[in-house]
Amino acid sequence: MDAVFQMFLKNGFVLSFLMVGIIMLITQFISQKILRNKIPGVALAIALGLVLASFGGKTGIADIPIFSGMALLGGSMLRDFAIVSTAYGASMIEIKKAGWVGFVSLFVGVFFNFIVGVIFAIIFGYSDPGDIATLASGTCTFIVGPITGNAVGASSEIITLSIAAGVMKVLIVSVVTPLIRSMVGIESKTSAMVFGGVMGTVSGVSAALASINPKLVPYGALTATFYTGIAAILCPSVFYPLLKWILV
Amino acid sequence: MKIYGVAILAACYFAGLIIGELLGSLFGVKGNLGGVGFAMLFFILLTDWMNKKNLMTEDYAAGISFWTSLYIPIVIAMASIQNVNAAINSGAVAIASGLVATVLSFALIRFLISMLKEEGG
Repeated sequence: MDAVFQMFLKNGFVLSFLMVGIIMLITQFISQKILRNKIPGVALAIALGLVLASFGGKTGIADIPIFSGMALLGGSMLRDFAIVSTAYGASMIEIKKAGWVGFVSLFVGVFFNFIVGVIFAIIFGYSDPGDIATLASGTCTFIVGPITGNAVGASSEIITLSIAAGVMKVLIVSVVTPLIRSMVGIESKTSAMVFGGVMGTVSGVSAALASINPKLVPYGALTATFYTGIAAILCPSVFYPLLKWILV
Repeated sequence: MKIYGVAILAACYFAGLIIGELLGSLFGVKGNLGGVGFAMLFFILLTDWMNKKNLMTEDYAAGISFWTSLYIPIVIAMASIQNVNAAINSGAVAIASGLVATVLSFALIRFLISMLKEEGG
């Protein structure tokens, strides 16, 4: 028995693939069979990841030796590498098709969400510009929170909150959008691009558009991918220095 | 060779991170400022150019897509290694900012789409 345990311990990184695979299997099942695709499996899986983290300490579940491989899989190196790969297939020509409204929606969307995040961080008593920028980046989309957080040296606690803010967004976008689609006016390719450009969360936008009209998914996902890229540039390298300059 | 696609991705990754490091030292911050975003931008420009020149083979793309498909699993692993217990008491800020930002974004989208319709006649 101990030999088996030692084997898992030695192969922690490989074990992390198995772990995440099981997490996704469970959450996909819940998403498809029980919730009937109302909530994307991705949002559930991230939420389950956060729940699992609560069984550990400072580095979440990776504090438990057998699950230490999760720290490598979920660490900033592979994370950043995988994010960059998601930009494949997003071409400048496609984004030009969205016209100036699509383009403007990207920048307005990132700026707007960041500002809302800043306001709430301040309301809730955060005063460190790094903490505020991290929370606000997570409000933009869940992946940019940790990117900014690592850049400015924010604590894991703040990074967790930034992920949670982003997951909240995925949940609302995927559940609420289909209910109010006529009110918002998402019916054409261009309007789908505006939707992705302002909301930014690829998983949320894709899930929402899939239930409105599956043909619109690539258009919303395209601008949402651009949104992630622009937010990953602007949040740490423009908004954070600005925020620091204003607050300090 | 799939590895060529992955290598191109790695090259753009480092090109972006170098810019991020430079920006970091410019603003006196230890971390990498926006490197990932710049890397994405370089990657879009390079692969777009390669596609136009027919230099992008299906094989290269397969190497890249493998990493794209790992993105969500990696994010899940990332969520599982956070200090959740320390954050749980201040969870309200996450819920509030995520909720309000999203609701207001819907209004913004409605406004932008209505502008789009005017523009189109």
